[in-house]
Amino acid sequence: MREVAVLGVAMTKFGVSDKTNLEMFAEAGLEAISKSSLNPKDIQALFFGNCLGDFEEGQLHMAPFAHAELGLPTGAPATRFESACATATVAIRHAALLVGAGIYDVVLAGGTERAAGMGTPLATRTFAMACQAHHESSAGITFPGVFAMAAHMYAHKYGIALSELKRHMAEVAVKNHYHGSLNPKAHFRKPITVDTVLNSMMVADPLQLFDCCPFSDGAAALVLAEANKARELVEKPVFIAGTGQASAGSLYLQRDLTRIKAREEASRQAFSQAGIGPQDVQVVELHDCFTIAEILALEAMGFYGFGSAYKSASSRETYLGGKLVVNPSGGLKAKGHPIGATGAAQVTEIVEQLRGECGERQVNGARVGMVDTLGGDFGTVCNIILRV
Amino acid sequence: MAAKKEADIRFSKFGTVSFTAITKVNDFVDFLEQGKVMGSRCKDCGLMFFPPRADCHNCLAGNMEWFEVTGKGKLVSYSSLAFAPIGFGDDLPYTIALVDYGQYKVFARLSPGLKPEDVSVGMEMKTVANRLPNGQLNYVFERA
Repeated sequence: MREVAVLGVAMTKFGVSDKTNLEMFAEAGLEAISKSSLNPKDIQALFFGNCLGDFEEGQLHMAPFAHAELGLPTGAPATRFESACATATVAIRHAALLVGAGIYDVVLAGGTERAAGMGTPLATRTFAMACQAHHESSAGITFPGVFAMAAHMYAHKYGIALSELKRHMAEVAVKNHYHGSLNPKAHFRKPITVDTVLNSMMVADPLQLFDCCPFSDGAAALVLAEANKARELVEKPVFIAGTGQASAGSLYLQRDLTRIKAREEASRQAFSQAGIGPQDVQVVELHDCFTIAEILALEAMGFYGFGSAYKSASSRETYLGGKLVVNPSGGLKAKGHPIGATGAAQVTEIVEQLRGECGERQVNGARVGMVDTLGGDFGTVCNIILRV
Repeated sequence: MAAKKEADIRFSKFGTVSFTAITKVNDFVDFLEQGKVMGSRCKDCGLMFFPPRADCHNCLAGNMEWFEVTGKGKLVSYSSLAFAPIGFGDDLPYTIALVDYGQYKVFARLSPGLKPEDVSVGMEMKTVANRLPNGQLNYVFERA
């Protein structure tokens, strides 16, 4: 495999947008190409992420239209990826694999989503389409419900009073809102307190509104190239050190909801390829779709022992300035979660952190960063490790 | 002239809202109407599937028989929902849950008569066939 590097990265502001999916993606894509000292004609393939464009805009088959908006050459194939919330990460991983394999030298990857525009009941329904339709969706399953089940089980398994666990979970939201307050692109830029979380309305017991990430609109894109070409074009290429992806079927196939097996396997693959371990990582953008999800992710990736990550935010170890900075962008919780774009925004944040471009939320001395994205009810996990 | 073959859409009777009417294991719905919750078992290797499958990945074949989901399983976890997807709002609040029978697991709701405060992780549960107020069929968990 050839070494692969990230060149230009870009994301729109996340939140509620009055632009179309294609307009948002064009904005991010053109900026990423421009920052790479390239022109659209130089792009050899587009790896395009979108989940729910058919429900959001009545628009399927968006990849070739995105290709046209960006003015890419006819010979550059545009392909749509869909892996629920892990969509863009899976698109980027496959882009990296094909550049690594020597099929392409320079490609564009990313994603776009207009989730906020659907409104909560339809968005809840369409998101639940990522659960098994015959036996799970037909019972009215929701994603908050899935992670709420994980929270109940975590409290029981590790003998923690639910009220105590909820306080520590709330601290995760407080941290990510604090980080989001430092990110001009974040959906939410308002700091909150533990009381904000614990006084918010119940969504799926024990998860309250502020335990949950929002439905957001946004897009993000990045250019990937063979490493020597990247060194010629940009001052600070960031290299892909390792990737991993694993699959695990639907919720009814899971025995222990506190152990996300696909993540344990995907992160093992990524660490193995990179030849490093969790102790070598300084900054992580991980899948905090719910507060409990950040805790589960930290354990599955090996940053904490099982049953011990619930205090990670309360102890401030995962804050800016802590020993492992988790979600300095604000995470899905505060930066927002336009599902088809999320993974590309996570990579964007890690790349900018490793380049020292993050201003107030800069993780000092970051040399290795990791991206973690989960799709569905534990069915897909994709990890990417980046280094300077 | 031969009559047009009717599509087998029995699965449309399953769930508060059925999104997928067709499956190879549609007899599942007839059993449910008789009050039986059934899974499928491979006659060659004995692997048990719930929800039922038509093909066994272990034997790469479809030599299956039905078995009834009986006895007790352990409650893996649960959550009572305050918000539902479109089409499920009239059912709120309802509690989703996962029950582990060892060789297979069952995802469903708690019986409407069972409150979330009445259950705890690890509790023994049973799975029973149920008819919803809108006439649809499903299966729910009750205390074993």
